[in-house]
Amino acid sequence: MRTTWTLTKNRMLLAMRNRAFIFFSLVMPLAFLFLYASVFGKGDPRLVGYMMAAVLSLTVMGSFWGLSIQLVMFREQGILRRFRVAPVGPGAMLASSLLSNYFLTIPTVVLELALAKWIYHVPSFGNLWGVWLLVSLGTLAFAALGLIVASVTNTMQETQVINNAIWFVFLFLSGATIPLPILPKWVQGVAVFLPATYLVTGLQEVMLRAASLWEVGAEALALAGGTVFAFFISKNLFRWEPEEKVTRRAKAWAVATVIPFLLLGVWESANGKLRKDARFNLDSVQRSAQPPNPTR
Amino acid sequence: MGASIIAVENLTKSYGTVQAVRGVSFDVQEGEVFGLLGPNGAGKTSTVEILEGLRTPDSGRVQVCGLDPQKSGDRYKQEIGAVLQSTALPEKLRVIEALNLFASFYTRRRDSADLLKRFGLEEKRATFYMHLSGGQKQRLALALALVNEPRVLFLDEPTAGLDPQVRREMYDIIEELKSEKKTILLTTHYIEEAEKLCDRVAIIDHGRVIAEGTPAELKKRSQGMTRIEVRLARPESDVALGGLEAVTECRSEDGGYLLHSKRATQTIVALVKFLEAQANELVSLEIRTPSLEDVFIELTGRRLRD
Repeated sequence: MRTTWTLTKNRMLLAMRNRAFIFFSLVMPLAFLFLYASVFGKGDPRLVGYMMAAVLSLTVMGSFWGLSIQLVMFREQGILRRFRVAPVGPGAMLASSLLSNYFLTIPTVVLELALAKWIYHVPSFGNLWGVWLLVSLGTLAFAALGLIVASVTNTMQETQVINNAIWFVFLFLSGATIPLPILPKWVQGVAVFLPATYLVTGLQEVMLRAASLWEVGAEALALAGGTVFAFFISKNLFRWEPEEKVTRRAKAWAVATVIPFLLLGVWESANGKLRKDARFNLDSVQRSAQPPNPTR
Repeated sequence: MGASIIAVENLTKSYGTVQAVRGVSFDVQEGEVFGLLGPNGAGKTSTVEILEGLRTPDSGRVQVCGLDPQKSGDRYKQEIGAVLQSTALPEKLRVIEALNLFASFYTRRRDSADLLKRFGLEEKRATFYMHLSGGQKQRLALALALVNEPRVLFLDEPTAGLDPQVRREMYDIIEELKSEKKTILLTTHYIEEAEKLCDRVAIIDHGRVIAEGTPAELKKRSQGMTRIEVRLARPESDVALGGLEAVTECRSEDGGYLLHSKRATQTIVALVKFLEAQANELVSLEIRTPSLEDVFIELTGRRLRD
């Protein structure tokens, strides 16, 4: 436990000295905020409020990117070997990755919310506890996904390729860029299996409708389940040495990470709650965001 | 003899079809500096990495500090220190941060300030790892290996890739540890390192221990032969030189000749007479007792070079 905590503090220190990290964890999320709020949201407080769910989701989803690269780099450079001869287990190593990433992501999220309030005068962020819960679970879930990517890739190039593939799927199919209800029906059918979709829609629910924690329970559960699952899988797949190659069995294990989302996706496909919520939130914001509309 | 602190019995390890270690056995006593000497690819690193708990052997038994490196996990890691090959620290970790971080993992710790002082890193305490020289990195690696007052210290090729001056610096440090009666297992492909630092040496080649003993014992095995290296003004035949008194073997080498002699004095007298008769001149003559290098050549028929 103490080992995990000292490692966490150390990883945070190293991250803050890393220019790439500052760019991906601070500069890029803020760029997303300004892009979404000023260009897509046209500075309209209600529209910006709607956009914030996507902005926070992108911030949170970025977690898997930096984390996987860092871990693969540590392995390639032989840094992990040095830790391996010390009494440091894979659990402590991986948990410190998740925790340091979490503690570094939260301030960015807070900053984004503060900027949205001060610059764009977003009136309310709904249920803040709900925002905190989903952001926390999302950060951990996507970071854990990063750990899996790090476990099943051998080289930095491979990691980059897989990250790009995952990132684009999440970016365009989850409702984080184009609102889910506008996407073609078949894309929506795919989207209900993506963890990113649950994060985006869940955040919309708590921020726009001030939905209670109970109402976003399914989303929260999926993200929590995904985190726990991914963490244990990555712990089993963890490799200290670059020459230990990934076995086919390991890759099969990694695929098991999708199980919670698969189950939820099946349930959602039958039920349609997620898509209904997304539709409702989009409609309400479209109605309210039209200034001359008297019905508001 | 007391119980060995390191006991290795019939160790084997293969990677695919390559048999890296083929039945290695040796024992190391507490307070001893034991060297595994052999060329690159002889199986030294595989053996040490099994002892460090980084690899699992295919068969054989290993016990260090009364524990099984593969099964005792963190309890075992508390007892050992290691300088590994091909390892690094994060680029932007400062020297003092590295020492404090690693110290925090252990129940038994040494003061970081003491270690900095001892390894001459005080001035570099706030320097990023990426800005250290090769020698400084290696001194830091040693300091980190000692951060838990280990009962056994593993040094895997501690001076490989360092320039000669830095290498000597490392020798001084290791000799100091030796005088403190630290138990050290070191691997090397430098003869002088093994000769200078080790109480006992196992010569390892193709995954097997081919000789073991103190450097003096090993050299004695070289049948008490004295090496005479001569350079001549004009070449002579190996056969003629090999026929001189007390000479058992003669080889041309690097433009000179290497004679193995049972009685050096007689050989030299005979050599001088022979050269006089041939109206040849002696350019240089060097006598040396057999080195570990000679022992290695005798045992394997090869030179020990990288």
